[in-house]
Amino acid sequence: MSDNKILRIVARFLIPLIMLFALYIQFHGEYSPGGGFQAGVVFAAAWILFVLIFGMDLGLAVIPKRAMYVLMLIGVLIYCAVGLINVIQGGAFLEFATLLPNPQAAQQAGIVTVELGIGITVASAIMMIFTKFAERKAWLDAVEEEAP
Amino acid sequence: MLVAIAIVRLRDLFAAAMLFAIYSLLSAALFVVLDAGDVALTEAAVGAGISTILVLAVLTLTERYEAPIKKSAHHDRWAMLVVGVTGALLIYATFDLPQFGSPTTPVQTHVGGHYIAQTYADMGIPNMVAAVLASYRSIDTLGEGFVILTAGLAVYALLSVRPKKYQGKHRDE
Repeated sequence: MSDNKILRIVARFLIPLIMLFALYIQFHGEYSPGGGFQAGVVFAAAWILFVLIFGMDLGLAVIPKRAMYVLMLIGVLIYCAVGLINVIQGGAFLEFATLLPNPQAAQQAGIVTVELGIGITVASAIMMIFTKFAERKAWLDAVEEEAP
Repeated sequence: MLVAIAIVRLRDLFAAAMLFAIYSLLSAALFVVLDAGDVALTEAAVGAGISTILVLAVLTLTERYEAPIKKSAHHDRWAMLVVGVTGALLIYATFDLPQFGSPTTPVQTHVGGHYIAQTYADMGIPNMVAAVLASYRSIDTLGEGFVILTAGLAVYALLSVRPKKYQGKHRDE
């Protein structure tokens, strides 16, 4: 946590922009460089910046640990679900062509959905890994304080 | 290149982590020069951004300086031999590589041309990398998603075990 005023104000200004940029990378990935992986990483980076400036407690109040575990699985499940819907509709696994009547629109819908799944998984996995490291640091500090 | 040599020689892990970030950023710039926007974005976000943060997070759990290595000439000689032979073989292999940008390489003649010709007709989107990643090679990407999930689960499993001393003192909490 930082009490530095410049850091706090600049971060407060930057974090929404970083998150917006992550969403841009996510949903504009078909037209410009980007996609689920990069978007997830950038989104997680914004959250990590928030944690570094405002502390882990506030960070976990925004996105609780339980939400990270669930979202991590939901992302992959979205991906699998798109594939399974294709199979149910009579196509091949992850073929996308069966999703909508127009083949181009069907492909785009498929791409956007699976990229969203990837983005959710990557973002929550990275946030969870960072949370785990921070938690362990807190445990080790607690041990050191008690054993002088 | 210079940055890589500096990283190997450094004993200060914090500086090494920072130099790794610079190295990734330089690689990202190189990818931009090569017109590989997607890879450059990934390298900048993952290599220079998140890896550095995670390495720094690990550094808070351990020491800042690497322990000095005990000198034993015997081991050094064998390691040097292996590294030298491997390096020489790799350099020898580069003589067989096709010229940079040559149109007759397998990369250009195999499925690449099909993707370049068909992506817009098939999907109506201009970014071929996204098309290949999410649609033509969708199952690969699903696998990558599972890799990330597995990595997250592995870190969760490893770091959820509380240190023994902490467990003893805080058992009643």
